[in-house]
Amino acid sequence: MKKPNTQPLSLRVPEPSGRPGDAPDFSHLQFDPAGSVDRPAVSTTPFEMRDHAFKLVRVLDDDGKAVGPWNPMLDAETLRRGLKAMILTRAFDDRMHRAHRQGKTSFYMKCTGEEAIAVAQGMILNREDMGFPTYRQQGLLIARGYPLVEMMNQIYSNASDPIKGRQLPIMYSSKEYGFFTISGNLGTQVPQAVGWAMASAYKGDDKIAISWIGDGATAEGDFHNALTFAAVYRAPVILNVVNNQWAISSFMGIAGGLETTFASKAIGYGLPALRVDGNDFLAVWAATQWAEERARTNQGATVIELFTYRGAPHSTSDDPSRYRPGDEHEKWPLGDPIARLKQHLIALGEWSDEQQTAAEAEAVEQVRAAGKESEAIGTLGQSRPSVKTMFEEVFATEDWRLVEQRREVGV
Amino acid sequence: MNMIQALNSAIDVKMSEDPNVLSFGEDAGYFGGVFRVTDHLQKKHGLTRSFDAPISECGIVAAAIGMGAYGLRPVVEIQFADYIYPAYDQIVSEAAKLRYRSGGQFTSPITVRSPYGGGIFGGQTHSQSPESLFTHIAGLKVVIPSNPYDAKGLLTAAIEDDDPVIFFEPKRLYNGPFDGWHEKPVSPWKAQELAQVPTGKYALPIGKARIMKEGADVTILAWGTMVWVSLAGAEHAGVDAEVIDLRTLVPLDIEAIEASVKKTGRCVIVHEAPKTSGYGAELSALVQERCFYHLEAPIARVTGWDTPYPHAFEWEYFPGPERVATALKAVMSGGR
Repeated sequence: MKKPNTQPLSLRVPEPSGRPGDAPDFSHLQFDPAGSVDRPAVSTTPFEMRDHAFKLVRVLDDDGKAVGPWNPMLDAETLRRGLKAMILTRAFDDRMHRAHRQGKTSFYMKCTGEEAIAVAQGMILNREDMGFPTYRQQGLLIARGYPLVEMMNQIYSNASDPIKGRQLPIMYSSKEYGFFTISGNLGTQVPQAVGWAMASAYKGDDKIAISWIGDGATAEGDFHNALTFAAVYRAPVILNVVNNQWAISSFMGIAGGLETTFASKAIGYGLPALRVDGNDFLAVWAATQWAEERARTNQGATVIELFTYRGAPHSTSDDPSRYRPGDEHEKWPLGDPIARLKQHLIALGEWSDEQQTAAEAEAVEQVRAAGKESEAIGTLGQSRPSVKTMFEEVFATEDWRLVEQRREVGV
Repeated sequence: MNMIQALNSAIDVKMSEDPNVLSFGEDAGYFGGVFRVTDHLQKKHGLTRSFDAPISECGIVAAAIGMGAYGLRPVVEIQFADYIYPAYDQIVSEAAKLRYRSGGQFTSPITVRSPYGGGIFGGQTHSQSPESLFTHIAGLKVVIPSNPYDAKGLLTAAIEDDDPVIFFEPKRLYNGPFDGWHEKPVSPWKAQELAQVPTGKYALPIGKARIMKEGADVTILAWGTMVWVSLAGAEHAGVDAEVIDLRTLVPLDIEAIEASVKKTGRCVIVHEAPKTSGYGAELSALVQERCFYHLEAPIARVTGWDTPYPHAFEWEYFPGPERVATALKAVMSGGR
């Protein structure tokens, strides 16, 4: 017999809590107070720590004090290095965003509000470990001291571009700095990171891999494949999900984050998960260290959801005022990662407003100096690598087609 | 050796020689592969060097890319070429472009092996020939052997190659040559000269065609199973055809093709894949561009039809020796 419905079926399409013109509303978010989430032993089974996928590890409280079992007890010098790298990352973003507006390049993407993630993680891991970043982990290169000039040369596709004018701006690549070549295709790097980690394990090496993916891209099949392979082969890899609430104009509910957390997705794969305040430098540091120890001691992969907010437009081609409340970022309840670490260092008596102002000025000056150097080589269209290089490195050696086509161009 | 044993030997020899070579895929470990190509490798080389993979073609290729970036030389198996599509993004967007987009900092020295081609009542999803989806992609090499000797030599070269190689294995040829006369009993490889495979290491150059049969009247360009079908078709037509086994589609041995067509003045291209945008179209354009003043007839293509690969109509779909013979006669009479 045909079974009737009690009411007609209806399709649910998730919507964010606020649209342009609305007041930002984060009342649906509930956060564990700083220091309240327990720190399980690194050897804890994923089964025993499932609750952590729904909690939020936080170290810095509202007064900027480091509290609770996740306090990584960093010395002041390390904290200052972290703060300065975040300040420099933001200054770099601001200048390059402006450079786009001035027509010096075709494209740029800022990471405003997310600086703590790549900076802390870049400082923790060794350069010999391989990072498989997305396009929003520029802080990793900056924290490791990669030359700003080289980043700009890439953004300007000028004659000194380390990847020879072949890639869209910000798609950096540096083997030496443990920064895997960025792809425009979302999610692809995550199972590659797992493969890299499998290779390290296969060779009995001591290196680990770390990958990043945004909340939106977790919907890609690659994310599922990565978690499956990481779990099956117990790969030494840290799998970060940077949940900045937005995938261009789609809020994280469209990616499947409305009724659950992204960290919780690890549970079904048998992987441990930590969910972390991504604007809390110390919490990011501590969680990453936990996952690092797990990977280095052959206990396998960890999924870390870094809960944050994308403060800037998605890219220079995006206008967030078309889809979200204009002042949402200012109302973000987890604040700003730079302001919070600054407050902490001041509370420790290891920093001051004057030092902050000086550090910000110094960062701007550092970026300006690099900018001058890079722009002297040339901005987009003013300078570029030899056209001959367009045909090189398709293969290890050019085949006859490429030789013929290169000659057709006359180079 | 048959082709399966030859392929197995290639991987075995490379694994014995180079600790960076490892092999994995669905059922490719303990069981040795559904076609036995990786048989005994796990027992001989260990669990971590020849292992089973989850049913995730994308994951398999992605893991291989990561391993390749680390410095290994993974040889992965996609159980059927028909199931390579979930890995297409990883192959096309990643493996093929890693060297280029990183300015040479990262490379992808991986080999993706996959049984391919029809003539086995495989229906839609066990018969496809998707080579032209890969020849169109800058940064990929595409290799398709037609016999055990070449299979081992080319697979060895593929594993040693510093660029990603898509290595399609015509499963119709695994156990013996097949000339398309499907009602006749199939003979095993052992009667063939090209089944005399050295047990030790040797590599054949990627990018070099093999002239299977010299001839004066017409050049046939073929690869995989169609090499044997072309030989049978030429015999059936009574035409003195020069049959060229391309062996590698990218890079292509353009010199061998040009020399042959300039000698014969005629060209027939034979492939199993559908006609439209098949690799035959590229070959036809190249021959036209390079041999125009030597051509005495339009270039002909004998291919699969522009339909999905059918089950019940296997022998109406599969380009057999009779269709090759018809095309040869038409080309010899200067028409279509």
